[in-house]
Amino acid sequence: MTDKDVIIRLENVSKSFGGKKVLDNISLDIKKGEFLTLLGPSGCGKTTTLRLISGFTTPDSGTVYMDGKDISGMPPYKRTLNTVFQRYALFPHLDVYDNIAFGLKLAKVPEKEIEQRVRKVLKMVSMTDYEDRDVESLSGGQQQRVAIARALVNQPKVLLLDEPLSALDHKMRQDMQIELKEMHQKLGITFIYVTHDQEEALTLSDTIVVMNEGKIQQIGTPADIYNEPVNSFVADFIGESNILNGTMIEDRKVNFIGHDFECVDEGFGTNNPVDVVIRPEDIYIMSHTEGAQFSGTVKSCTFKGVHYEMFVDSDSGYELMIQDYNAFEPGSKVGMLIKPSDIQVMRKERVCNTLEGVMTDENHVDLLGGEFECMPLAGAEAGDEVVAKVDFQDIELLDHQEEGTLAGEVYVILYKGDHYHLTVLTENGDHLYVDTQDIWDKGDLVGISIKPSAIKLSKRNDN
Amino acid sequence: MTIKRSSWSIPYLIFLLIFVVLPLVLIAIYAFQDGEGNFTFENIARFFTDADSLSTFALSLEVAIENTAICLLLGYPAAYILASKDLNRSAVTVILFILPMWINALMRTLATAELFNVFGVTLGKGTLLFGMAYDYLPFMIYPIYNTLNKMDKSYTEAAQDLGATPGQVFRKVTLPLSMPGVTSGIMMVFMPTVSTFAISEFLTNNKIKLFGTIIQENINSSMWNYGAALALIMLVIIGITTLFNDDDEHAGKAEGGLI
Amino acid sequence: MKKFFAQAYIWFLLILLYAPLVFIGIFSFTESRVMGNWTGFSTKLYSNLFSGMMQGDSALMSAVKNTLLIALIAAAVSTLLGTIAAIGIFNLKGRRKATIQFLNNIPMINPDIITGVSLFLLFIFLGFSQGYTTVVLAHITFCTPYVVLNVMPKLAQMNPNTYEAALDLGATPGQALRKVMIPQLRPGMISGFILAFTMSLDDFAVTFFTRGTIGLDTLSTYIYTDARKGGLTPELRPLMTLIFATILILLVIINLRQARLAKKAANR
Repeated sequence: MTDKDVIIRLENVSKSFGGKKVLDNISLDIKKGEFLTLLGPSGCGKTTTLRLISGFTTPDSGTVYMDGKDISGMPPYKRTLNTVFQRYALFPHLDVYDNIAFGLKLAKVPEKEIEQRVRKVLKMVSMTDYEDRDVESLSGGQQQRVAIARALVNQPKVLLLDEPLSALDHKMRQDMQIELKEMHQKLGITFIYVTHDQEEALTLSDTIVVMNEGKIQQIGTPADIYNEPVNSFVADFIGESNILNGTMIEDRKVNFIGHDFECVDEGFGTNNPVDVVIRPEDIYIMSHTEGAQFSGTVKSCTFKGVHYEMFVDSDSGYELMIQDYNAFEPGSKVGMLIKPSDIQVMRKERVCNTLEGVMTDENHVDLLGGEFECMPLAGAEAGDEVVAKVDFQDIELLDHQEEGTLAGEVYVILYKGDHYHLTVLTENGDHLYVDTQDIWDKGDLVGISIKPSAIKLSKRNDN
Repeated sequence: MTIKRSSWSIPYLIFLLIFVVLPLVLIAIYAFQDGEGNFTFENIARFFTDADSLSTFALSLEVAIENTAICLLLGYPAAYILASKDLNRSAVTVILFILPMWINALMRTLATAELFNVFGVTLGKGTLLFGMAYDYLPFMIYPIYNTLNKMDKSYTEAAQDLGATPGQVFRKVTLPLSMPGVTSGIMMVFMPTVSTFAISEFLTNNKIKLFGTIIQENINSSMWNYGAALALIMLVIIGITTLFNDDDEHAGKAEGGLI
Repeated sequence: MKKFFAQAYIWFLLILLYAPLVFIGIFSFTESRVMGNWTGFSTKLYSNLFSGMMQGDSALMSAVKNTLLIALIAAAVSTLLGTIAAIGIFNLKGRRKATIQFLNNIPMINPDIITGVSLFLLFIFLGFSQGYTTVVLAHITFCTPYVVLNVMPKLAQMNPNTYEAALDLGATPGQALRKVMIPQLRPGMISGFILAFTMSLDDFAVTFFTRGTIGLDTLSTYIYTDARKGGLTPELRPLMTLIFATILILLVIINLRQARLAKKAANR
């Protein structure tokens, strides 16, 4: 891709609010004419990214380019792009016509031309007879159209859309999705779209940028992202999936849920821990166990409109989600098969918690702002900097914050077939990763404690 | 946010410091000074040792409490009736209760006093209470009416559904839920009555002196320090009264004047 | 039956409340110097009032003029100061916001006499000679909080994105303020202005303490001094009657218009 095709470029952009890093060194190229979606959970930084492009926020470091020019510090009213706001932000004191004409009047466009352009854009959003209407008398869908018209009438090179459909009901949303897609094709300008709805992103986009915790997780076409998620976050966020711990035995051979499976992945080494993702529609389920790769018992079965969604306990003790057009009675014995190409193997982002700390005395170490008891480390004295490794399952979560050495909040929950993999946010905003059989809810406040024997220390300068 | 608009509050903050905070501080300073500007407890001590001042103070409190009680007893049923869809369908009556607030209070009070004269009623404590109730009744009715009117009707319906008799509905649901309006009404009546001076002079033909009057007399006869001391004592009373109330009730007061 | 008693009670209270006003109204149509003494129907007091021939002095007329002028200036300045302040306060957070809101509440909670005495001491302390300026400043002090309180809810109702939308569509911050924010705050500013205006018109105690000794009179202080001198100027009766009639008519018009607007909205 040459630079000529790039309309917006973010280069090493970081942004913090009140000491909390919202964007962490983001780089992104947006091509002319593409429909690009920033997708992620709330707080992932997608809206901040959009506001950097629209100019309502300036980056702490890094640069925003438009058409090759640095626009990082340019105020929003000088930028040649327009935004469709989340709750439309129509001016309540102006009628439909004056709302749409607002930008043109400011730009001192001749009255005649304003009229023509407003008419044209109203026709495009199928709101021709609504010129004189009071915006507050319009339905949500109609307000949405006016908001789009108000932005498009200025003929921006880039249209920014901040969760524009989130306030609409389901049916309306689907209709608007189709219209937006058509509008994009007709206009040929760049659309940058922000949403937390993965279905919407998959339907609309040419390119999806999956974000989490201020970082870009994956950039790709909808098919890429769905079929080949790069990590367990993307796999979990896009569509339904079974995410399991596995071991790469050798090239093209992976072990999970207690069985060896043939797969198509190579280059993960031998006997290395990996994450395995299997989409629920990719597990074949049958009423007999002969010829099956593994067997299990149906636990529940729910009709979902087109397919049935079943939870099956494998004989090896893992719970799997399976989607199939046929229903299998709960309690019935079933056999299952997975094709090698449907097994997506991902490198594990981490295999244990690695924390930096300081010895406070020979039996205590300061980690993440809490003082933990630990086994003495030969040659280490108070004040020495150390690295502590703690396995996921060695971190104990307690019901009350004050019971733990540290207090935290359950932030992300991932089910891995036979246990939960949690991300816990500590008071200082650090992440701890915990494997547990216990059921926690997102947002639960927990105490964190670690047994002295589970903290494996080494001197920092050793590494 | 690229534009910091919070700084727009700074001019007003400065204004408040000069015209609200500093004047109140000055009351305290003057209260503890003698005529030459030396520090003294003399002014405060004088109040607590002077039988006349003390009895005026006690009478003022008594009148204010009695007047507030009268307004509450007369006003609550009126507010309840006005807010009830079954008992009152006309919005005009509500407006009629608020209208007199637009007429100069002194003029209204003078007319009331004249009315007493015409009917041959001797001016004294009785006419004072009666006349003040005239003046302040709307201030009691309006906030109570407002809370009752905004109250979700489904609460009372739910109570009825759960088997409460009309009396129980009122005691256990309506009354507790209307308490914010009641406290705000009490504030709006008690505060001005405890500090009134002109009105009490007119209604009693200067026979009964209230606390406000002696503050006014001292200030006007250039005895600022003693006047400030008396004002400080009143401020303490106001402070204590305010502590019993919710601050955000004043929003109702501010919007109350407009229909 | 219950309704009958309820209505009877309401009308009983209203009759009590209106008796003094009606009394003034009736006795505005007679020439007698004191109320309660009917000396036959006459419109002389009205013609006296209009011609400003106040039996030798026009102090009443100048008091009326002062009252209106002070109220107008105080309300206008309060609306400006209060609106800017409300925008600032709305964008503040935490303790700063709580503090300034608390300070804003003080003039509303304080009885007039405290506001009056404290400002009197302030002007003494600062060495200001008291008169027109000090009265206007004092009125701004107790009027502005009401403007702030009336504008704040409009800020809360406003979609904050509309300001950004204006910037996005090419408006400079100044244009966005004038074309988008102010129009949305206008209803609050208007009700704040009207409230400030009526508060100022009605004030007695604060004016009384801050007007100094130059003989500045507003309607309230005029009535007070007049009444203390004994006999009330008879022309006050037609004046009050006219003020009351004006307010009554204004309110009826406003309410009829609102009712019509509501109906129109309902019919949509």
